Amino acid sequence: MDFLNAIIVLFNYTLIPALAYGSQLALGAIFVTLIYAVLRFANFATGDMMSFGTMFAVILTYYFQSLGIGLGFLPTALLTIPFAILMMILYMLIIDKFVFSYYRVKKSPPVQFAMVSVGVMFVTQAIIRIIIGPSDRRFLDGEKFIIKATEFKEMTGLAEGITLKSTQAITIIVTLIIVSIMFWFLNRTKTGTSMRAYSDNEDLALLSGIDPKRVVLITWVIAGILATIGGVLYGLDKSYRPFVYFNNMLPIFAAAIVGGIGNPYGAFFGGYVIAFAEILLTYSYKKFIAYLLPSSLEPNSLMQLLSTDYKFVVSFSILVIVLLIRPSGIFKGKTI
Amino acid sequence: MRNYENVIYAYIIMLLLIICVGLFQSWSIALTILNYCLISAVMTIGANIQWGYAGLINFGIMGYTALGGLAVVLVSVDPVKKAWQVGGLNILGSIWIIVAIVFITRFILKRFEKSLIRNYFIAFLIIAGVILIRVTATPGIEAIESVDPAVSGFLGGMGLPVLISWIIGAFLAGALAFIVGKIALGLRADYLAIATLLIAEIIVSIIKHEEWLARGVKNVIGLKRPAPYEVELQKTQWFRDFIEKIYSNKLELVNTIAQKKIILNQLIIDASSIFVKICFTGLFLSVVIILLIVTQKALYSPWGRKMRAIRDNEEAASAMGKNVVKEHLLIFILGSAIVGLAGAMMVTNDGLFTPGSYRPMRYTFVIWVMVIVGGTGNNFGAILGGFVVWFLWVEAAPISLFLIDLFTAHLPETNAIRLHLVESAPYFRFLLIGIGLLLIMRYRPQGIIPEKIIKQ
Repeated sequence: MDFLNAIIVLFNYTLIPALAYGSQLALGAIFVTLIYAVLRFANFATGDMMSFGTMFAVILTYYFQSLGIGLGFLPTALLTIPFAILMMILYMLIIDKFVFSYYRVKKSPPVQFAMVSVGVMFVTQAIIRIIIGPSDRRFLDGEKFIIKATEFKEMTGLAEGITLKSTQAITIIVTLIIVSIMFWFLNRTKTGTSMRAYSDNEDLALLSGIDPKRVVLITWVIAGILATIGGVLYGLDKSYRPFVYFNNMLPIFAAAIVGGIGNPYGAFFGGYVIAFAEILLTYSYKKFIAYLLPSSLEPNSLMQLLSTDYKFVVSFSILVIVLLIRPSGIFKGKTI
Repeated sequence: MRNYENVIYAYIIMLLLIICVGLFQSWSIALTILNYCLISAVMTIGANIQWGYAGLINFGIMGYTALGGLAVVLVSVDPVKKAWQVGGLNILGSIWIIVAIVFITRFILKRFEKSLIRNYFIAFLIIAGVILIRVTATPGIEAIESVDPAVSGFLGGMGLPVLISWIIGAFLAGALAFIVGKIALGLRADYLAIATLLIAEIIVSIIKHEEWLARGVKNVIGLKRPAPYEVELQKTQWFRDFIEKIYSNKLELVNTIAQKKIILNQLIIDASSIFVKICFTGLFLSVVIILLIVTQKALYSPWGRKMRAIRDNEEAASAMGKNVVKEHLLIFILGSAIVGLAGAMMVTNDGLFTPGSYRPMRYTFVIWVMVIVGGTGNNFGAILGGFVVWFLWVEAAPISLFLIDLFTAHLPETNAIRLHLVESAPYFRFLLIGIGLLLIMRYRPQGIIPEKIIKQ
């Protein structure tokens, strides 16, 4: 029984949060990697673009709530996602037209692209703060929990319970759906293949009659979908605050590089690697060990490898280690 | 000579702008801006050495700035003896453990063939080391942090004069750059940017959360100064006489002695803060000038030519027998050391160390905008970029408030849009900087003052 309790403790405090957080990172990382693979630059506006899409979801959620439109036990934000995605894609296309396309035509080096994306980051951040302000916002409504700890305890008779927040379940499910559709699209459809061809070898792709404008357009559309959904899921799970979204760019980058930048499968996997590492290394194992060991040996310290303050440090250290040992990432990404 | 004319005009315009601030806002604000401009200029010189001379993209400026700031605390604050007594041994012990782990890892890496077992062993060693460090350090850290937690709760520094910390700050930043360079310099440009950014985040979060080191987010206040304190200055006789002499015309118009005294006191209080700021300006200006002379000399020396050759064509330079890796590492260390110096200068200027304020937006990206806007590869340009961008960064809020008032003048005072815009005036600085960067990148990619190659 104690063994079962120990497993449940671990399940509740590490596995579920890590899966949810990993899904959010994975969506962001695929966004980064896609831009990197097709448009060939590291997009420093990643976090703020996600924030931009989420901003519309937040505003529309408030609007829908005032109109009394909702999804019952599901959060209203899910209803607003399509509209937010549209706005996001529109914004991305405008930015691409006025900023990035010039450098793409000129075939500027990736460093220049990165600097330009820093400019876009500044502008996006300003627009977000002017429209919605820098404060913390919660926009989750509907049912908060799917399984409550007390219910679980009553059901199973165990001493420990499992809490499953509805946002965590939604995050994991939506991510799986979106990612499977995306991989299906990239691998099975003609457009997806042409995108991969363009990413592999631009000149050859152009020679075989692939329209670069179309490829770029579709990349931004997919990027907009990923960015908005990733941002909204994160915002539902925690809360929406522009500064936090900007900071989230860093673990997202770490996830993309750890997985092998330019490789969507790698990015997907990298998101979970980063999330699990962050949570497993900063989790206090006291309760877990207390169940496994006889009560005389019960540890009196927290049994924590690193304090939770160092959550980000863990992911960045993993990145450094990966860069040292296997610079192309776990799944082979683009060459460095 | 025509080339120099632009430079001179640009600097005169900049100076006039600052004087305008002095006339329309206050001289105190103008001097504060000027001081920060000078500090930014030192940072941009550092970044420009890396980016302009060698083409290395370092987004970790924030980390080196923070490390320079930390140096001020570690050098100039008086040691907290009680904290050393209760926890010094534990801290020293864990530092030795870290050193031991590093050397054992190096030994294993050198001695044994690459294999899976070796990797697992190193991973095991590091995890065991982390546990060991926590076991040794935790009681010490707890003891240190409970020594007067309201005012100290940290180990303190060495109690040396603050100017020494500028040099130590540069050394610390250089040492960090050596490690980072060893890890990351082989990477492609945009990878390097991301890696350095993330490593800087690691540094800042260590400084933030290790309270025994420099109080972390609790901040260290009341740091030493290389300039006199306002309160003491107000009491010194020569300063009082000096102010009386300057304002003698004005004071003569006042009739009663009592009133004269009140006015004089007010003048002295104002003047003392300005005097302190001028002292800082003098110090910073001399640092900027020394750095400028050294970097200009270096740029046009054979070494500078070599760096440019490496930047412009790495393969060709390598084929000519230049050691690209070594030169890159060297320039990475030099540039970072200058940034560390700037970090120490900034903390000295503020008189307080606030690790929570080190954010990538302010300390990495804005500095990069300065370098790009000013002119890459040209020190005069980089310094000007520091001035222009910092000026805009500070003055963007008043300027945008003015513009908002202008454009919404026809709307009533209580109009929701107007109120919302006025409330969000501080964020227009991001818009201004962002659009400025995009415009410069598009229409004048070489910056305001472009790089000038002298053919010899």
